Amino acid sequence: MTPTQRRWVFLAGVAGLVAFYLWGLLGLPGFGNYPGPYGFVINRVAVAQTNATGVVSAVNFDYRGFDTVGEEFILFAAAAGVATVLRRLRGERERPAVDEAADRNVPPTSGAVRMVALLFTGPLVVVGWWLASHAQANPSGGFQGGVILATTFILIYLSGEFLVFKRFSPVDLTDAVEAVGAAGFAAVGVSAVAMGLPYLQDFLPLGTVPGAVSSSGTIALISFFVGLEVAAAFTLIVGELLEQTLLIRQGDG
Amino acid sequence: MQFFPFIVVGWILGIGLYGIVTSRHLIHQIVCLIVVQSSTYVLLLGVGYVTGAVAPYFYDVPVRTPAVDPVVQALALTDVVVEAAVTALLLSFAIQAHKRFGTLDPQELASLKG
Repeated sequence: MTPTQRRWVFLAGVAGLVAFYLWGLLGLPGFGNYPGPYGFVINRVAVAQTNATGVVSAVNFDYRGFDTVGEEFILFAAAAGVATVLRRLRGERERPAVDEAADRNVPPTSGAVRMVALLFTGPLVVVGWWLASHAQANPSGGFQGGVILATTFILIYLSGEFLVFKRFSPVDLTDAVEAVGAAGFAAVGVSAVAMGLPYLQDFLPLGTVPGAVSSSGTIALISFFVGLEVAAAFTLIVGELLEQTLLIRQGDG
Repeated sequence: MQFFPFIVVGWILGIGLYGIVTSRHLIHQIVCLIVVQSSTYVLLLGVGYVTGAVAPYFYDVPVRTPAVDPVVQALALTDVVVEAAVTALLLSFAIQAHKRFGTLDPQELASLKG
């Protein structure tokens, strides 16, 4: 198919899509007129039932906890997939990157970049853990916190060398942390089953103050495990992608 | 203006699809897929919006305060995670395709077997 033909097929498809979409829009209640009732009900009962003030986290880690297990394992499978697809293939070898053009003058990483990156690593770890451990209180949670924790390792790469990045996040360690995060989430659910409760039912004490760090039982625990899993998965993915550009070369020699 | 956010959804979806169809570079195509997926965030958040309501967090507001639907927000979070996973996997496929065929043009890739 030539590009022109493809564009015509696309336009025909889009014309149909637009027609059905506009038709569908006419049946929607309109922006701002959310008809409910599910969202309203959950907003009304969530704080009393889970002792979490962050209802989005309560939905993610409690009401829809089973979906979130699946979501976490999607990320787990994707990280495993990236590691598998980007493994060292036959006919490739690992070699530290050296500049092949001897006459090129590559400036070293500037002191300003190094300093700013290093300055941010400490605060980012704090912010990441704070987010991962406060899912029950405010708009945060393991997913957001985990991504920010992974950013710390990218800053280490920016401020130093790839080898420093690898020393701070060795593959064995990130693999292990990722496995602990994923298995921890599943184990929280299985523990509930062992106590004769439904899978992922909250079985920990809910605490007394809604939104406190100690409140909401398994929501805080699951968020912590998700934080581990997400941080490790993203560090692993970024490490694999960097390795492709910096270490892996064609040829055996 | 009642349907404006949903028109925006349609526009983001359409422009992303157009990019995928006309793209001549796999990385560009992956970015277009991200654009397509972004339309779902706007759709989800638009569906759950309640005029004049606060975010569904009752840390410093009373529980009876009208708030937007938290379920679609949780779904948007799932959406973001899945998008990140899909993007990472597609990018690694693009790297291997480039290694093997020496090109990232979908037109040329289609004419290659293997």
